[in-house]
Amino acid sequence: MSRAASPFPLTGAIEMVHGGGGRAMAELIAGLFRRHLGNPILDKGHDAAVLPAVRGRLAISTDGHVISPLEFPGGDIGALAVHGTLNDIAMAGARPICLSAAFVLEEGLALEELDRIVASLAAAARAAGVPVVTGDTKVVERGKGDGIFITTTAIGEVPDGVEIAPERARPGQAVLLSGNLGDHGVAVLSKRANLDFETDILSDSAALHGMVAAMLAVAPGIAVLRDPTRGGLSAALNEITRAAGVGIVIEEARIPVRPGVAAACELLGLDPLNVANEGKLICVCAEADADRLLGVMREHPLGRDAARIGQVVAEDAPFVRMRTRLGGLRMLDWLSGEQLPRIC
Amino acid sequence: MKYVDEFRAPDLARGLARQIAREADTGRDYRLMEFCGGHTHAIFRHGVQNLMPANVQFLHGPGCPVCVLPVRRLDDAIELAERHGVILCTYGDMMRVPGTGRHSLLRAKAAGADIRMVYSTLDALQIARDNPLREVVFLAIGFETTTPPSAAAILTARAERLSNFSIFCNHVLTPPAIAHILRSPDFAPGGAARIDGFLGPSHVSAVIGSRPYEPAAAIFRRPVVIAGFEPLDVMQSVLMLVRQLNEGRFEVENQYTRVVTRDGNRRAQAMVAEVFRHRASFEWRGLGTVADSALALAPEFAACDAERRFALSDKVTREVKSCECPSVLRGVKKPTDCALFGTTCTPDNPIGACMVSSEGACAAYWSYGRSTSAAGARVA
Repeated sequence: MSRAASPFPLTGAIEMVHGGGGRAMAELIAGLFRRHLGNPILDKGHDAAVLPAVRGRLAISTDGHVISPLEFPGGDIGALAVHGTLNDIAMAGARPICLSAAFVLEEGLALEELDRIVASLAAAARAAGVPVVTGDTKVVERGKGDGIFITTTAIGEVPDGVEIAPERARPGQAVLLSGNLGDHGVAVLSKRANLDFETDILSDSAALHGMVAAMLAVAPGIAVLRDPTRGGLSAALNEITRAAGVGIVIEEARIPVRPGVAAACELLGLDPLNVANEGKLICVCAEADADRLLGVMREHPLGRDAARIGQVVAEDAPFVRMRTRLGGLRMLDWLSGEQLPRIC
Repeated sequence: MKYVDEFRAPDLARGLARQIAREADTGRDYRLMEFCGGHTHAIFRHGVQNLMPANVQFLHGPGCPVCVLPVRRLDDAIELAERHGVILCTYGDMMRVPGTGRHSLLRAKAAGADIRMVYSTLDALQIARDNPLREVVFLAIGFETTTPPSAAAILTARAERLSNFSIFCNHVLTPPAIAHILRSPDFAPGGAARIDGFLGPSHVSAVIGSRPYEPAAAIFRRPVVIAGFEPLDVMQSVLMLVRQLNEGRFEVENQYTRVVTRDGNRRAQAMVAEVFRHRASFEWRGLGTVADSALALAPEFAACDAERRFALSDKVTREVKSCECPSVLRGVKKPTDCALFGTTCTPDNPIGACMVSSEGACAAYWSYGRSTSAAGARVA
């Protein structure tokens, strides 16, 4: 079907018929999805996208996005579905090649909202320079979804000589963090139906592969990259120590957190170190590369507040410990269950 | 963060630590119980213990509302949701606490019971307004801090004629618990353990004031210092307790003067007095049956009392016998004294409530202290 298909009328809501395989579904795909996402490969409309050959190693990652609310300060599920998955392959040092996107739509989802979300997903993919080459749409009955679920898969190419993996953390290496923690989690929480507090914090949702490429250009030997998403910094660092069998010691005073995020977390009884981020990375690198990498990160718009937060240490048990602002030393554990506001 | 960072200033902390070390008598030790789980977590989260001299030790008290709720009451709450078909509204901390047979509200929810996590009683009231054809029950737990919001919810429900709203009341009282601990054989002369003084509750005292602790301090000859929840508050309160003990004083002092007064919040107290009555006795997890230590709804609010509104069954409740939560809650044992700690009982797979709650002592030891002992030496 050509890209000139007439725009889909945005009055009303998703109905079961939009997933039924008939004319309504074809019109939705052509008039809404393809209008926003169109590119030469997707427009062919094959069951499978056929890609040109790639010379090097491939990285692939898939990620389901189920966020509530669908739109939040600084982003929405559409942009997040692009950023989250691109960041997963960027953490292997990969340059992204293409994306796929599968949409599960709940009966009753306003078409206007769907249009905004798909437009946002398309804009995020365009900004990242990565086409969505194949996709799928399904509709489920009202009550069986949460408006919209989006699963995306990203494929990328890993440059020769790049070997990034959590088990490569070694004692003596430096631990860098690309910026302020907790923006995404607090922005989303601020719009949850039963919280709804006023804040000017925006989600940090962003694609990190550009900054990663700049970092690899000056330090191809980076040992570990990790994006501290669900579970925040605590979970990401614990994953590294567990994979590599090392310890990590970080300094609380060096961890950047915006005052608004710190205040919201204080009020809700959350720890910013456990709160999700969608546009930050942790980098573990040789001490000799640390200052150069920090320089490159701080020059990049997504790494302006980058900081060196700690060091990998030899440890017979894989613990993360934190020197507190007060001068004490304590363990930094994984989050158990969901972070919940305190009651007393 | 203004008004918070000031109470976490490292240079002041170092100064206080030096002062405590200077004044603490090396010929004795100071065993101080922080009543509240909030203090336990502040101590661990900020690493306060390893700024203390070795002869100043913290004992962790029962002031964790989730931890002291006996299994029977939790089983009752699960029954309300499963068998009586109500919408049960609860604070999030309760969700994962294991009841009999390790059933929990979270598991009941997964199996289809309508259980909603709320952040305040206002959310529960809104759920009642939005679901006029359903019974909505708020699982009310907590010390004097959370009692006024429950009272306000009841008064609001009455004013709005919200006939589908009720609360399952488990509110408990702090001063009787402190007296009960001091009366227990564990802490009698020659008993298993010793408490020299108390870091008194901060938010509880904002409501009830500092006066209610005065009888216990005088009768049992133990100093109480009402302490704020920030690390410098805790450290300054420790210094005040050390001084009282050195001088042989047993007074109620108030470190948390920016929030707590001697008489507390009279308006909140009046609201609580209108809506609630004292129970003759109540079972506490860890402390057993404590006389005059809990609240129930006053008879004129019977319509809002889930205990009267729903016929709760008699049930056989079981706790895991080897779980040391009861001793941990009394401050007689440390979490690491429990054979289950860190082996079969972890926050991901909790056996006892102290491992679940964000205010539980076991959770604090596990989350903050596992790699370093309290004194800074490695234990794991």
